[in-house]
Amino acid sequence: MPPLQLTDAEWQAVALSLRVALVSVAGSLPLGVATAWLLARRQFPGKLLLDGLVHLPLVVPPVVVGYGLLVLLGRRGPIGAWLYSELGITLIFTWKGAALASAVMGFPLMVRAIRLSLEAVDRKLEAAARTLGAGPFDTFFSITLPLALPGLLAGSVLAFARGLGEFGATIIFVGNIPGETRTIPIAIYTATQEPGGDLAALRLSIIALLLSLIALVASELLARRMDRRMRG
Amino acid sequence: MLDVTAEKRLGEFQLTAKFLLPAAGVLALFGRSGAGKTTLVNMLAGLLRPDSGRISLAGHLLFDAQARVDLPAERRRIGCVFQEGRLFPHLDVRGNLLYGRRRSPTGETGFGFEAIVELLGIGHLLQRRPANLSGGEKQRIAIGRALLSKPRLLLLDEPLAALDAERKAEILPFIEKLRDELWLPIVYVSHDASEIIRLADRVLILEGGRIAASGDVAEVFGQPAMQRLVGEQDAGAILSARLESHDEVYSLSRLSFPGGRLLIPRVAAEPGAELRLRVRARDVSLALVAPAHVSILNVIPAKVRKIHAAEGAHVDVELDAGSPIWARVTARSAHDLGLVEGMAVYAMIKAVSIDRQSVARQGVSEDPRRPN
Repeated sequence: MPPLQLTDAEWQAVALSLRVALVSVAGSLPLGVATAWLLARRQFPGKLLLDGLVHLPLVVPPVVVGYGLLVLLGRRGPIGAWLYSELGITLIFTWKGAALASAVMGFPLMVRAIRLSLEAVDRKLEAAARTLGAGPFDTFFSITLPLALPGLLAGSVLAFARGLGEFGATIIFVGNIPGETRTIPIAIYTATQEPGGDLAALRLSIIALLLSLIALVASELLARRMDRRMRG
Repeated sequence: MLDVTAEKRLGEFQLTAKFLLPAAGVLALFGRSGAGKTTLVNMLAGLLRPDSGRISLAGHLLFDAQARVDLPAERRRIGCVFQEGRLFPHLDVRGNLLYGRRRSPTGETGFGFEAIVELLGIGHLLQRRPANLSGGEKQRIAIGRALLSKPRLLLLDEPLAALDAERKAEILPFIEKLRDELWLPIVYVSHDASEIIRLADRVLILEGGRIAASGDVAEVFGQPAMQRLVGEQDAGAILSARLESHDEVYSLSRLSFPGGRLLIPRVAAEPGAELRLRVRARDVSLALVAPAHVSILNVIPAKVRKIHAAEGAHVDVELDAGSPIWARVTARSAHDLGLVEGMAVYAMIKAVSIDRQSVARQGVSEDPRRPN
């Protein structure tokens, strides 16, 4: 077998990583938009606290975040026990748990980008929409959101790339189960721990690099297209 | 009919407004920046809540502080055109035009899409993006967008202020058409006296948050107290006149007004048309005897009613020539001529000083003329 050809197990890790990162972005985007909107547009008591909470994963060691998730969402954790008994959902040691860990870690990046783009939307356009008969929700979905689309895209790509690279919180929360929670970074870690795993680590690292690069280039191209549309 | 009583305090600024606008015609809101025009407009549109008062439009209550009624902007049916146009950059022209249309009540008739597109001459722009439009085109689209939302009132908030003179001249005829062809009350906000004289029937002067004067445009702008507000260069009188005939040889129009006859550069109107024209004080000079061998075509006998001292070298002389006329002369000339109140003089008005921007048709007739 040529040295740069991925093995089935490695392909599995790549596919899993993509799935985890995509699900984490798709799942957290609505909450990300809502949070960004609250922070960009609303004044309320505890706003500073919310802002701090959202940004916490940026500064706290990822393993601490993972441990926090484990405590809260483990089978015996306050939320985890309820999820299991009421809804039959288990997050710990599953790929869904990995997606959640990656969503939490990428959340600050996502919210930041969306918030900036929401703040840049001209409020006067929203006022104009209101005078033309659009209610607040209508205005948000027909004016605000389309105008903030570049920010949504940027935030999603950042969170996606962050998700592809997530390691610390994931390994603490969901472990290292081949095919279930062994994403690319964890597979690389595993490979480096095994004798003769250097080449496998190299292959996976190249793949990780390529995936991130593709995500960034694709988002840049999309952003340019959107920009062209707005400029006519 | 628009019926407004509203008060609003913003920091140190206090706005108090009370006025009525009949079912059709153009009411101008005139005032310098900071006079409260935008505050008033936003309260009408539902973008700013008055502290107290009551606003109703065509029998619908929009706001009543006591009854705790405050209709949100989207339910007020007031079509707004803002200074910056505020077109939606992510939609093309058609999308912009239809934005309000799609959200308007279905049962009611409004202006047809084709009719508005034709009225504003924007058919060739429908596929364009706002970023590719000139300032004048943007404002036409913004007007069309507001009209297509089936408004009960059109609110034009300094729609020409951001445009250069050439673009203004391009848009003004369209707004005149709206006034003449659509049965819709219009509130026109401006700080430019010439726009108001050309477009509006009635005017409301705002100063420091209060209504300083209101009424017929010619009456209000003719008042001595208004001269200062209108501005040094624009001070003068508004005359109501009837177009008698055209002099095709010299391309002039003959008008009659209570003070006599006037010759002005040919205007595009039929004989019999009622016109309103602005005669700036600085374009009027005075003589004690009827002058001969001068180039000035209009010499009108008048009486000096009052001499208003102004800052600097000139005085403003208020004349009675059947209609009020204002003349601006130097204080020295006033002294040399020995001008005193009650004196008989001749006012001389250069015909060429009355340009296209100074002449307007009188407001719409009171007949409801709906399109279609």
